[in-house]
Amino acid sequence: MKKLLLSSIVVIIGFTFIGRLSYLQLFRFSPDQVLDDPAIKKIYDYPERGYIYDRNGELMVGNQPAYDVMVIPREVKPLDTIEFCNLLKIDKEHFINKMRKARVYSPRLPSVLVPQLSKEDYARLQEKMRHFEGFYIQKRSLRYYTTNSSANVLGYISEVNERDLKNNPYYVAGELKGRTGIEKQYEDILRGRKGVKHIQKDRFNRDIGPYKEGKLDTLPEQGREIHITLDKALQEYGERLMHGKRGGIVAIEPKSGEILTMISGPTYDPALLVGRERSKNYSKLHYDTISKPTWDRSILAEPSPGSPFKTLNALVALQEGVIDQKTKFRCYNGFYVGNQKKGCHCGGGVRDMNSGIFQSCNAYFAGTFRKIFEKYPTTDEGMDMWERHMKSFGLGRYLGTDIPTGRPGRIPGKAFYDKWYGDGSWASSTIISNAIGQGEVAATPLQLANMATAIGNRGYYYTPHILKTVGNMGAIDPKYTEPHYTTIDREYFEPVIQGMANVYKYGTARWVQIPGIEIAGKTGTVENFIRVKGERMQLTDHSVFVAFAPVDNPKIALAVYIENGYYGSRYAGHIASLLIEKYIKGEITRKDLEKRMLEKTLEHEYAKPYSGEPFKINEYVW
Amino acid sequence: MSGRGLFGRIDWFTVFIYVFLVLIGWVNIYSTTMTDTSASIFDFSTLYGKQLFFIGLALVGIVLVLFIETNFFERFASIFYIIAMLLLVGLFAFGKTIAGATSWYDLGFFNLQPSELAKVATALALAKYLSDIQTDIKTRKHQFYALVIILLPALLILPQPDPGSSLIYFSLFFVLFREGFPLYYLGVLIIAVVLFATTLMFGTVWVGIGLGILTVLIFTFKRATTKIPIFPFSLVLIVSILFSLSVRFVFDNVFEQRHRDRFALWLSLEKDEGKLEEIRKTIGYNTYQSEKAIESGGFFGKGFLEGTRTKGDFVPEQHTDYIFSSVGEEWGFAGTTAVILLFSFLFLRLIYIAERQKSDFSRMYGYGVISILFIHYFVNIGMVIGLLPTIGIPLPFFSYGGSGLIFFTMLLFIFLKLDSNRLKDGI
Repeated sequence: MKKLLLSSIVVIIGFTFIGRLSYLQLFRFSPDQVLDDPAIKKIYDYPERGYIYDRNGELMVGNQPAYDVMVIPREVKPLDTIEFCNLLKIDKEHFINKMRKARVYSPRLPSVLVPQLSKEDYARLQEKMRHFEGFYIQKRSLRYYTTNSSANVLGYISEVNERDLKNNPYYVAGELKGRTGIEKQYEDILRGRKGVKHIQKDRFNRDIGPYKEGKLDTLPEQGREIHITLDKALQEYGERLMHGKRGGIVAIEPKSGEILTMISGPTYDPALLVGRERSKNYSKLHYDTISKPTWDRSILAEPSPGSPFKTLNALVALQEGVIDQKTKFRCYNGFYVGNQKKGCHCGGGVRDMNSGIFQSCNAYFAGTFRKIFEKYPTTDEGMDMWERHMKSFGLGRYLGTDIPTGRPGRIPGKAFYDKWYGDGSWASSTIISNAIGQGEVAATPLQLANMATAIGNRGYYYTPHILKTVGNMGAIDPKYTEPHYTTIDREYFEPVIQGMANVYKYGTARWVQIPGIEIAGKTGTVENFIRVKGERMQLTDHSVFVAFAPVDNPKIALAVYIENGYYGSRYAGHIASLLIEKYIKGEITRKDLEKRMLEKTLEHEYAKPYSGEPFKINEYVW
Repeated sequence: MSGRGLFGRIDWFTVFIYVFLVLIGWVNIYSTTMTDTSASIFDFSTLYGKQLFFIGLALVGIVLVLFIETNFFERFASIFYIIAMLLLVGLFAFGKTIAGATSWYDLGFFNLQPSELAKVATALALAKYLSDIQTDIKTRKHQFYALVIILLPALLILPQPDPGSSLIYFSLFFVLFREGFPLYYLGVLIIAVVLFATTLMFGTVWVGIGLGILTVLIFTFKRATTKIPIFPFSLVLIVSILFSLSVRFVFDNVFEQRHRDRFALWLSLEKDEGKLEEIRKTIGYNTYQSEKAIESGGFFGKGFLEGTRTKGDFVPEQHTDYIFSSVGEEWGFAGTTAVILLFSFLFLRLIYIAERQKSDFSRMYGYGVISILFIHYFVNIGMVIGLLPTIGIPLPFFSYGGSGLIFFTMLLFIFLKLDSNRLKDGI
């Protein structure tokens, strides 16, 4: 025992040490540890962020230099604080506070004292800067917009946060990253790759030369420019038309699925989220919870589609063979569900498909809807069929666009109603509102525009997308050049399109005619309700218009949805016709109408529910 | 037999390991202290140049030791011891203070650290006393004298202050245990350490409960077979609980904050992960940096002179106490394991040699040598790899420092000299 004591201790300790060392060097070791080695400083060389051009090669987003005033607290000599503060346009308290923070962060390392001076401020400061030791100016690059439109589509960039840092090891604190819209979607392309220089440091943070003679260093990779499918002129014009109105507009080129415009009202100038006032402006926009300027209505709002949805029910009924063009229904200024009468504004009488569509007859479509379900022995089977047809138009699901946000809308299925009413406790008559696009169906303006595209193309659409080309390369993701066919055969589209063309010629949209352009469209007037302080109240109807033009060979398909704009042609129809004219003709011939649309606002409508007083809806005030 | 020369009788296995360790040590000192501007390895203004000079001195020391008459060491052991103790006392009057510790004599070209000399002297003196025909380690009186020989230098070194070096002398208990010193002293020591650590970690109440449960278990399972003496057993229990009670008091009132923080770190006493990280980066800075450096080496290391943390001088005292972290960073797991194995083989070989001695003095001195080398190795590497709290003592043959290298060398080669003479009946 006494002879073995020391030997065994030596062996035990040897194993313990080797065990600990294998934990440290084998288990805890990770080969990319050089990334967080404090002995290696990385100096980054940031490439310029890629420019964004519109479909015609017009610059939309570029870059501008900005100037940060930096301070190294240890090197600051006594200075005339008042003069310095006046120069920087900050107050003394702010200055003292910032200096204290900089010193706490590090007396040796530079901190930002005043971020993002404009070129003008910088020019004024430049000559005087040398009087103030310890301060210097560092240039950096900010976004510069040549348009005051498209804020939500383009998106903005901002500093990376903790979560970004954790999720993507590429980023380093203080770097910028696309946060929304195109800036977010095409971040990797626009950003490029920063160059890295590795510098060996000692523990006093002094540089002692390049690490491994710069073997690991990389050169920056330029961010690439992208061309997007938006038409800058159309986009700007659309936003002007949306002045004082809430809603969304989406226009698509049917032959390619390229998104021509994507407008949400109210919007804001994208330049607001750049520069010194950024965070102030951001709070203002973000906390405007009533008009919600940062909420992109063109892809996030999911109202009931209203009457334009009738065209789809007509198509489904034709495809299923439950009606033909000649099938007639009688309208009693409404129709009956059991003993309950539902109204109709078409004027009454016998309706066939053509007049049913162009007069927007509720009774005709209620009848059609019933017939669709009657074909099948059970409501469930009918529902499945109906749902499949509807979804083939890109409704009730995410479209898969290259825009980072979006909503699926809703095409209710049997599961939805089983849950709501109970299994077997509902039938086509229960859900008849869906016949006229009210009820439970919901769609974003983007989906409605895509629906118009599919009808205009007589049965297919391309996934709507916003990227046209990257740099000089033509090719984009093949998923955007692959047609999606609807479940409706081509032959059934003509009669429906005929009805839609007559909407414009003789029907509910005859007020919006453009000389020389044939439009197929469908108006919608959507009842809607909100809750203010727990009280449900009905507001003025939403004005909706879905259309494509020209009828035979559509160049543009669009959906316009104006909150509380009253009937379909009143706002949405007029705005849509102006956009179509602008896009196809390049100029507006109906100056009076244009003037009226630019000037009219709906602010009085939006103020009503918050006024606290009783109000009337659907007033005819023009 | 005696016809073979000295070179035939010396234990070459040990010599090879020694040479390896010194070489690896120097290579790492070179790596940690090299700068881009320094030129020749013989430039004595650099630390690695100086260390090379010390290695030369150590060689001279080896030659001297090998040619001195074997009996010399045994005969003059007491004199060495007295001289060493006087030198330690003399430090209080003439010592030179470096880094807050008055541990050196300034000899102009060289700072002599007598506590290094005292290790050799104490090992010799202890062996001499114990091997005396009149000494019986089983008696209390002789046990006491042996303890005095061991603890006197420890007490003299403690106030320098150099608690690390004074701790070294406790390793000589291994010599006593080998020679028949009752093993239950070791048991008491282990129990004390375990009680100390567990009390700090879980508190006296839980330790008391633990001891109670242990008692119940022993009584239920052992009572049937063996009769347990109730009185001494309960005495041990009571003393243990009293000890546990005193731990908290000593920890809070006798220890200084920096000691408390070291223990807090070692035993993970701080439950707040943020605060623990804080301590790790301030009080535990050395250990944190050295662990990180070792960790960054991986399996094969970054290669000679490629250690970024070594070059950046991130690990404090890296050429002295933390030299092993440089091995870890530049030579990786392969290197560290090789060093651990070299040391382990050295100790096992020395134990083997000690056991084959005919002379009691040689065997006891041999155990002294092993104990001293081993405790340095154990405490130093344990600290560098973060298993033990920070205690500043060098790694034998590795760390930068003249006194250390020379006296460790002499300590070892005196034993090899004794061993080379083991077959002669000279004593």
